[in-house]
Amino acid sequence: MLRSLGADAVPVRRPEEIADLDGLVIPGGESSVMDKLSRAFGLAEPLKSAIAAGLPVYGTCAGLIMLADTVLDAIAGQQTLGGLPISVRRNAFGNQIDSFETDLAIPELGDATVHAVFIRAPVVEAVEDGVTVLAQLDDGRIVAVESQNLLGTAFHPEVTGDTRFHQYFLHKIRDRVLPPVD
Amino acid sequence: MSTVETPSQNGRSEHGSSRVKRGLAEMLKGGVIMDVVNAEQARIAEEAGAVAVMALERVPADIRSQGGVARMSDPDLIDGIIGAVSIPVMAKARIGHFVEAQVLQVLGVDYIDESEVLSPADYVNHIDKWKFQVPFVCGATNLGEALRRINEGAAMIRSKGEAGTGDVSEATKHIRKIKSEIAALSSMSKDELYVAAKELQAPYDLVVEIAETGTLPVVLFTAGGVATPADAAMMMQLGADGVFVGSGVFKSGNPAERAAAIVKATTFYDDPSVVAEVSRGLGEAMVGINVADVPAPHRLSERGW
Repeated sequence: MLRSLGADAVPVRRPEEIADLDGLVIPGGESSVMDKLSRAFGLAEPLKSAIAAGLPVYGTCAGLIMLADTVLDAIAGQQTLGGLPISVRRNAFGNQIDSFETDLAIPELGDATVHAVFIRAPVVEAVEDGVTVLAQLDDGRIVAVESQNLLGTAFHPEVTGDTRFHQYFLHKIRDRVLPPVD
Repeated sequence: MSTVETPSQNGRSEHGSSRVKRGLAEMLKGGVIMDVVNAEQARIAEEAGAVAVMALERVPADIRSQGGVARMSDPDLIDGIIGAVSIPVMAKARIGHFVEAQVLQVLGVDYIDESEVLSPADYVNHIDKWKFQVPFVCGATNLGEALRRINEGAAMIRSKGEAGTGDVSEATKHIRKIKSEIAALSSMSKDELYVAAKELQAPYDLVVEIAETGTLPVVLFTAGGVATPADAAMMMQLGADGVFVGSGVFKSGNPAERAAAIVKATTFYDDPSVVAEVSRGLGEAMVGINVADVPAPHRLSERGW
């Protein structure tokens, strides 16, 4: 999806691959596995430093969990990269039969709703000051947030082909790499 | 922490759509799914980095050696496994046994494997998987079989291999076959696809879709006989999206370490130095049976059609 928007996208699995990045997407998957492998292969510490230094990062679903400072319902010993001052609950909706798709109003991305797919998704249970809430479900539960260089969604825009979140993220990267000149 | 006001311009939500069913399999890509028979094994698998566990009554190696009819697990065991781990829990139902599938859906499993590893309950029909809200994974030995399963509603495919042997040769054969049949379709002109559909015994519309996209519309894992980190890495290099490991973990000398090693080898499948490193000192692999020594009527991969 990032390639279709003109970005040069590469997979990152090793610490030495981080230095060349202007931005990073942490996709869906299983957060407990991401945590284990990122620590086992020495990726976690350099990523934390890069996030602290302002690297733009967009996390979807498990990626959102990896960016959260606090995880509720984590497995024993599970850690995150952190950076987003929020609490998320893993797998907040229940089993797969409770997974769903819906249309979300997200004014920052325009008038048209965003079609969002939630797959064993987390929700944001609490946010600290400085975090912008971008989207909520009808019951008020928070499912998209932004804070400085970090963007997180509990759902998967890449599954539906809606490019607006990725476009929004690329703008964040461009603003950092090529600051506006006026 | 501050509270936020509730908006309400949202649309209606929908459960159990193809996108939602196939989507979970998308999230498991690059990962390892491990067979477990109880909560303790499930915890070991989760700790080792499995992206999901598969609940079944007996691992394939035991089904093979003990014989008898193999069925869905006891609901108590499935509840125990669901309670023990936070990763997705899959469970096996017999081919065609739609009531076992109904039971598994009620129990809240995240995926059902309509599996040839268990004794088939219907030698003519597979389960009508569209009727369920829970997604299904099904085995296939070739592209035609994969497309018939997708036509019945499967949201994920795994090549079958020969379960419970520790012999990866059948898994290799099946993933290669599926990949080469997809490649063949992609190179055909449009007027050849009618006959191709007939020969594959698969729905024409799906055949056209594969020819156009060059890929299955669902995730393709591989299974059956994977016993070592190198086996798993080889399946990934052959183009699998991920790996199922059955008897290979819990029939080996050191399940926890072997499981973790297979996870790492699956992630770094294209880096032989990582595969070498994680393969060290794992102790005994499962003993294994050569598929050639298994008489044809006892080959599980020949179940299902």
